Formats: sequence, structure tokens, C-alpha cells
Amino acid sequence: MSDTHAHSVAFVRTSEIPAAPPPYAATGPVKWMRENLFATPANGLLTIAALYVIWVVLAGTMPWIANGIWNTESLAQCREVLDGAVGACFSVLTERWNQLLFGFKYPPEYYWRPMLALLLFFVAAAPVLFFDLPRKLLIVTALFPFAAYWLIWGGTILTPLVALAGFAAGAAVYQRLVAGSFAMGFFGAIIAAFIVWTVGGWLIPASASQNALLGAVPSRDLGGFMLNMMLGVTCVSLSVPLGIALALGRQSNMPLIKWICVIFIEFIRGVPLITLLFVASVMLSYFFPPESTLDLFLRVVIMITMFSSAYIAEVIRGGLAALPKGQYEAADSLGLDYAQAMRLIILPQALKISIPGIVNIAVGLFKDTTLVSVIGMFDIVGMIRGPILASTEWNGVYWELLGFASVLFFIVCYGISQYSQWLERRLATDHR
Amino acid sequence: MAEAATQMKVSDEIAITITKMNKWYGTFHVLRDIDLTVNRGERIVICGPSGSGKSTLIRCINALEEHQQGSIEVDGTLLSSDLKNIDKIRSEVGMCFQHFNLFPHLTILENCTLAPIWVRKTPKKEAEETAMHFLEKVKIPDQANKYPGQLSGGQQQRVAIARSLCMRPRIMLFDEPTSALDPEMIKEVLDTMIELAEEGMTMLCVTHEMGFARQVANRVIFMDAGQIVEQNEPEAFFNNPQSPRTQLFLSQILGH
Repeated sequence: MSDTHAHSVAFVRTSEIPAAPPPYAATGPVKWMRENLFATPANGLLTIAALYVIWVVLAGTMPWIANGIWNTESLAQCREVLDGAVGACFSVLTERWNQLLFGFKYPPEYYWRPMLALLLFFVAAAPVLFFDLPRKLLIVTALFPFAAYWLIWGGTILTPLVALAGFAAGAAVYQRLVAGSFAMGFFGAIIAAFIVWTVGGWLIPASASQNALLGAVPSRDLGGFMLNMMLGVTCVSLSVPLGIALALGRQSNMPLIKWICVIFIEFIRGVPLITLLFVASVMLSYFFPPESTLDLFLRVVIMITMFSSAYIAEVIRGGLAALPKGQYEAADSLGLDYAQAMRLIILPQALKISIPGIVNIAVGLFKDTTLVSVIGMFDIVGMIRGPILASTEWNGVYWELLGFASVLFFIVCYGISQYSQWLERRLATDHR
Repeated sequence: MAEAATQMKVSDEIAITITKMNKWYGTFHVLRDIDLTVNRGERIVICGPSGSGKSTLIRCINALEEHQQGSIEVDGTLLSSDLKNIDKIRSEVGMCFQHFNLFPHLTILENCTLAPIWVRKTPKKEAEETAMHFLEKVKIPDQANKYPGQLSGGQQQRVAIARSLCMRPRIMLFDEPTSALDPEMIKEVLDTMIELAEEGMTMLCVTHEMGFARQVANRVIFMDAGQIVEQNEPEAFFNNPQSPRTQLFLSQILGH
């Protein structure tokens, strides 16, 4: 048969060749290793070196973690139990757990309140983060800040109610006046809100907080990781809208608005956050009459919000600049006014482009909330550096405590990062 | 067809009046003493070399560009710096761009319903019905739920036309609508525009499609260096141009 084939071009297949498995080395883990780990001799050497480094690191840390002690009263007891062996003293985490989460002054009988606020936060954030959820959930989101304030700091329920009433009055006035002009609606809303807050402030009796349903907690008493969460959530959610306003203001045709925004952004960006925090903690009280000093927590929130909104404004400005001019012209040519064009056409696209940048700043901001430890607030780092490490029981437990703080921050920041990547995929409509 | 086109009805009613209009970009005098009256139902093709100010002229009509002297009156509304007047004129005047400028984050249907819903306050359902009507007219109703990025250039330009029509404009401006398209797609867009012209839409069209001008226009305007150099009925304009500048331009674009 082979003879005939060797001499003629014509060929007819008479039997099918059965499918055979590929050779062992061309599939599966062997192939993967050959391509990715040992493609060339140099590559193989690097792989071996990397494996060695990984082994050294794990060999150092794994016994330390595995031998960890979880149930002693002090570092000295840990050392006794370990008796010279390598091992971590995680007891500090279990023994000081509540302090790490809530600070050392928050009343223990109220610990459920910040925990409940945290749970509510996930419910409130869900409709904002996942817009496939029913829109009615946004009511929870709108009410959450007031509920959270009341849960965490307690006192009379009238305070958050008056705050809420102010916003409601502002929204109502805005709806009424915005048909005339946006500026009328905007300033009318601000004035209405301030009137309600001022009048409400007079009406709340000074003794209202004494026998309140939820006992009042001074704002300085909240500490630990809850303080970081509170600062992070408040500042991020305030600085994104403020950043959008600043970015739009910087592009405005009105010179006054434009220059106010430019000067604000350039000034705030040119100053280190830590100096702003010192201003908040020390200097600002000089500018207020002694009896009416703003709460320190509020001052810090204002400073961090201003700081990050300047950065967010610049990121969003980049997004706005990346949009083709044709998008503005198409919106204009259809007769959309400025607010409609921005809200429906420009910002949805500009914000989508800016997501990685905004998330970058949000993550940075969240970690920067630990800087408040420098101005004497007891956030998680402040707790570790202050009351815990300074105590005689736990003096010297650095790795366990700072490692724990890092893990907490890592979990939150990695979550934010994963969410933003999901969001980018979800919003991709350009089909490139 | 050419005769049929010129016989299409042009009323005596005036749609656009431009008087002594001048515009500068900085110190560059880009439009000089433009006088132009457009009757309702008239179809005008504007041609000329690049940089002659033809796009700028039609962009002044819906205030995408600001003019510094003279007056523009659209449908009896004087174009001034008053935002109310500008928004009114823009909602009456549809515009198609060279690069379509569809909104990439919205579906085709949402592109078409956005302005009726927000500017005209049309109920969503009614706006969607109108949008489907016009999408059928430009022959792409089956793409309604896709995003612009999934459509070909010709399809995108037809969506852009439908998007403008959804506002029920009385005047349509076309700014080089076929210049960014492949030859095959030019035809589908021109067919849509011809159909629109046959229904009596007032159209101002900046284009280099001279076949389209011959077939549809009842006036061709030639611009150079920011001025209207010559205008005439298409037959006379193409067969017997008067100005030497027009003769040169026509010989160059019709030469091959």
C-alpha cells in the first residue's frame, strides 16, 4: 500500500484515525510548569531562587503563627508558656479585642450600637454600590447617616431628626425653586436648611440628652477600628460629591466660581494632610469662641474631606478632559440644559473613566485615617501605640498588634479594589 | 430625479434669517458678512474648501459657536446670549455630526428617548414609541437595545439622524455626515437623508457629496475664506459656475 502512495498524488482515506490523548508533557501541570517556570535555564534558576525565598519566609512565620498563644493575661505569661520556643502572643488581640475595635473609653454596655450601625451600613451601601437592587432601598441609604449618628453617639433623637428635617426642607425648597433657575434653587435650599437647623437647635432643650433612649456618648470616646471606619466612610461619601462639584466648578465659564475652585484645589493639594489635621486639632479652636468649639471629630472630618475632595476633583477633571468635545456638543444640540447634560451625558462617562483614580484615592484616604493618632485621637493605631503598648502587660507586642491592624485594613481595601474592578466590567459598554 | 427634487415644495415661510453675521476666532476673521435666508422646506447644500467656515456657519445656527456681530433668527426666535432662547432654538433644530457623537453609555433606544423625555417632558412610553418609529424609518429597529459601540459607522450615523428626529425638529443641520464613513456606508446614510428631504424637511447640509447636492438640493452655496462666494440652483451651479474660485474648486473635486 505504501508503494502506491509513494508514487501517486491521488489519495483516498479508507479508515478514520482514532483520536489519541496528547503526549504527557504537552498538557496539564507538566506543560504549565515547563512554559511558566522552566522555559529557559535562567528562568529555571529564578524559579528555584524564588521558591527558596518563599520557603525562608514561610519557615520563619508559620511556626510563629502556629505556636501562637491566645489565652494569657500578659506578655510575661506568654513567654512563660512558650518557654523559649518561637511563637506569637496573640492573647493581646483577644484580651484587648474590644479596645482595638471601639477604643478604651466607649461604654462596654453600648458596644452593640456601633456594631448595629456597621451592619446597617452594609444595607445602606448596597443600593449605591449595586444598582441592580431595587431603588426603594435608597430610602435606607438616605436615612442611614442620621440613624448611624444616633446609634453611635446616642443622646436625644431630636438632634438627628432636626438634621434630617433641615435636609428635607432644603430638598423641598430646591424642588420648588429649581424650575426658575438652578442658582435660586441651590441657595434657597441652603438657606431653608440653615433656618430649620437654627430654629431646631433653639427648640431642643439642653436637658434632652440626659434621659434619652440611647445614652449619650461624647464623640471623643469612640476609638479603635470603628473610628477609622467612621472617618473613612464619612469622608469618602462626602468628598466624592464635593470633588465632582469642584471639578465642574474648575471647568466653569464663570470666572469667580472657576477661581475659587482652582485656588481651593491647588492650596489643599499643596499642603500635607498632617498639617491640616494639626490645624483641625489645635488652630481651629482659636477661631471659635471658647464656648462653641466644634467637635474634634467633626473638625477632622471636615479637614480630611477637603483634602481628599481636592484630589478627587483632579481625578474627575481628568475624566472630563478625556471625553470627546462631541459629547458636549451633542448634548447641547439636543437642547439639554447644563444640569441635564452633566447629569445624563457627561458625568456618567467621566466618572466611569475616573473609577480607578477615585478608588485609588478612597483607599489612600481610608488608610490615612490612621494619621489622626498623631493628633491624639485613639483610632486603631492610636490605641496600639498608646493605651495597649504603654500598658505593663503588653509592652513590646509589636508584630501581633500592627500585623492585626494591617490585616483589618487589607481586608477592607482589597474589598474596595475588587468592587471597583467589578464595577468597571459591569459598566463597560464600549465593546472594544 | 433631479427635476422631481427641485419640484419638492418650498413654502414662502421663512425658517432662518442670517443678517450681516460676523465671527472671529481670536483675531482670525472666520465668517465675514454672511447674509442668508432659508425658506421652510428648502434644502441647502454648503460646500467649499476646508477652513472656509462652512461648518462654523451651521454651528452658529444652533449656537454651538457664538457669533460676534449681526443677527441670526431661527423660526422667529432671535439668537442672543439668553440661555432660554438658545435652548428653545436647539430643541427645534436637529443636528448630525461628522463623528455621530452618539452617547456610548446608553443604548440606541435610550439615545433616542433621552432628549424627548428630559427636554420635552414626554412620557417614557410615548418617547419609546416615537423612537421606535424613527428607528424603523432609518431601518435599524432591531438594533434598539444594542450600544453604539456595537454598530457600524453607517448604522451609527442613521441612529444619530433618528435621535435628532425624535425631537421633531423643524430644521435639520448636517455637518459633513458622511465624511467619516466607508464608501458602502455613505449610500445608506445618503438614502436616509434623501428620504428626509422628500418629506419636506428644511435641511442645511455641509457635504462634499456632489451627487447628493444635484439630486436633492434646491440651492448650493459655495464658501471660501469665510464668505459666501456663490449660490445658485444645483443645475446652474455645477454646469455654469460664475466665480473663478468656484470653477477652480469644482474642477478639482469633479476632476477625477
